[in-house]
Amino acid sequence: MTQTDNLLQVKDLKTYFFTEDGIVHAVDGVDFSVKRGEILGLVGESGCGKSVTSHSIMRLIGQPGKIIGGEIWFDGKDLVQLSERELRQIRGNRISMIFQQPTSCLNPVFQVKDQVLEVLQIHQQMDRQHGTARVHELLKMVGISDPERRAKAYPHELSGGMAQRVMIAMGLACTPELLIADEPTTALDVTIQAQILELMRNLYRNTNTAIILITHDLGVVADMCQRVAVMYAGKIVEQTDVRRLFREPKHPYTQGLIGAVPVLGVVKDRLEVIPGSVPNLIDLPRGCRFAPRCRARLERGLTICAEEEPALRPIGLDHAVRCWLYE
Amino acid sequence: MTENLLEVRNLTKYFPVYGGVLRRVQGWVKAVDNVSFTVRRGECLGLVGESGCGKTTVGRAVLKLIPATSGQVLFEGRDVFSLQGPDLKALRHDMQIVFQDPYSSLDPRMPIGESIAEGLKAHGMRSARQRQEAATEMLRKVGLEAYHARRYPHEFSGGQRQRIGIARALAMQPKFIVCDEPVSALDVSIQAQVLNILRDLQQDFNLTYLFIAHNLSVVEHISDRVAVMYLGKLVEMADRETLYRSPQHPYTQALMSAIPIPEPDLKREHIVLGGEVPSPLRPPAGCRFHTRCPLAFDRCRTEEPPLLDLGNEHMVACHLRQPPPIDA
Repeated sequence: MTQTDNLLQVKDLKTYFFTEDGIVHAVDGVDFSVKRGEILGLVGESGCGKSVTSHSIMRLIGQPGKIIGGEIWFDGKDLVQLSERELRQIRGNRISMIFQQPTSCLNPVFQVKDQVLEVLQIHQQMDRQHGTARVHELLKMVGISDPERRAKAYPHELSGGMAQRVMIAMGLACTPELLIADEPTTALDVTIQAQILELMRNLYRNTNTAIILITHDLGVVADMCQRVAVMYAGKIVEQTDVRRLFREPKHPYTQGLIGAVPVLGVVKDRLEVIPGSVPNLIDLPRGCRFAPRCRARLERGLTICAEEEPALRPIGLDHAVRCWLYE
Repeated sequence: MTENLLEVRNLTKYFPVYGGVLRRVQGWVKAVDNVSFTVRRGECLGLVGESGCGKTTVGRAVLKLIPATSGQVLFEGRDVFSLQGPDLKALRHDMQIVFQDPYSSLDPRMPIGESIAEGLKAHGMRSARQRQEAATEMLRKVGLEAYHARRYPHEFSGGQRQRIGIARALAMQPKFIVCDEPVSALDVSIQAQVLNILRDLQQDFNLTYLFIAHNLSVVEHISDRVAVMYLGKLVEMADRETLYRSPQHPYTQALMSAIPIPEPDLKREHIVLGGEVPSPLRPPAGCRFHTRCPLAFDRCRTEEPPLLDLGNEHMVACHLRQPPPIDA
């Protein structure tokens, strides 16, 4: 089923949340693939479903959420169909994840070394002695000076940047084939963000681990990624390589997003604005989900947008767009 | 030269740290240490820095929302800290604030129309109808509708709430607004809406802003002049063009180079600073930035550099950047 160069292939993934107010269509038919050894950016604003997509890949969706359809192919296996037991062989071992809030992802009552060690003991059956040496090695790799001393620290003794380094060390402990980084630098200050991004770039060069980098920051995308998928209201609206995304963005949402960001060193009188706000994921518009905010639709006088949903169609080499303007 | 609306002189704010069984004062967090700057009428002064640098404390102390440890703030020549009673209340009329978190800064049990008009009531506008009219007008100014006035905060999105916060500040028809990270909780497409509104309002009402933010690109977009803070100190201040085109302080330079730019072909030299911001409880001796500064030398470790004018009101606090010698 899988193509050889694709490490991960997500097909028509649907994850809904069954709440008292109704069904939240958080991820509603998402397709994308990650090639071996690349950094794919998954961009979008809050509530677009980018985090739910990544949690679905790890099968970390809890009540009242459920993956209700689609396939997630990783190394010839459909992760959606695997048993919890089979999944545990992959999760944290061959696919691992780092989160936005590093300090809340570490267990406050254990020392750092025990938490990193746990990963090695579970997945690589390392004994304590060898494990501890490896922990120090990992902490050193993620740029923690004096790893022997820091390994004995408890999470509350770490700053945000340090805690994120520990999370990355845990994520890389088993040299995974895929690392999912969910807004890894959003909670950090710019100078610390620069340190963490530099670290991720170096690790990526040295380990051949593919990365899905989830972010809302287009600057981070331009800095880090090779390919980008833009999400809006539970769907991917545009997918292409990073250069083309910034040079020739096709989807009106992508265009709006790029125009709305103030860029350092470029002073504009006014920022471009995408009118309105994101639709309610319980009660979605019938046609294209972006139609109510889309200016291009009005300019071209398209009526189909409000009635029928466009498909994600290729419009060039490695460039796909979900928009009626390009049909 | 335009007149100064606000003058901050040697503003200092230390927060006590209590500890031990007897809850004695164990030390002081030097949140803001000897900061001086001016804001001119009609301009927007951006105040940037990383978390914990004291920028929010400056904003609050200027408005006398928290008492300063020492220093002086002059608003239109009046000493803010010595004012009391009716004089202080009158001053509050002219100085308003927009908070960072649009979720916690509005009363969840009060229709937003009332929230907006509450200040007017406190300042003696008796007629309920007048207050309602004023609130409606303010809502329109920030792009909302009259019927929104009867709704409660939970019915609004983050961007809308932030606009309500702006409407509330605006209702008092202030001369000066402290905007404390007004867009950092918002998504980019919403952030652009709010930034544009802030700018339009500034022109329409001839407002003066102190715009506090950690995002240098946002500050560049909205400010006329920019001040950079590090660990309770002002390290650099200049007009926007000068600061962004030729930053002089090593910290400002590192900060600028650390910002990822949405431009994939741009190959920039990244200055990645090592280490982290030291604790304001025990700031380093000498220049506070010396522990992370790539250019630090002996003098930086012992002697604190003063904030000096390099010419054209480009102020820098660094031993390596000295003003040109004055010709005799």
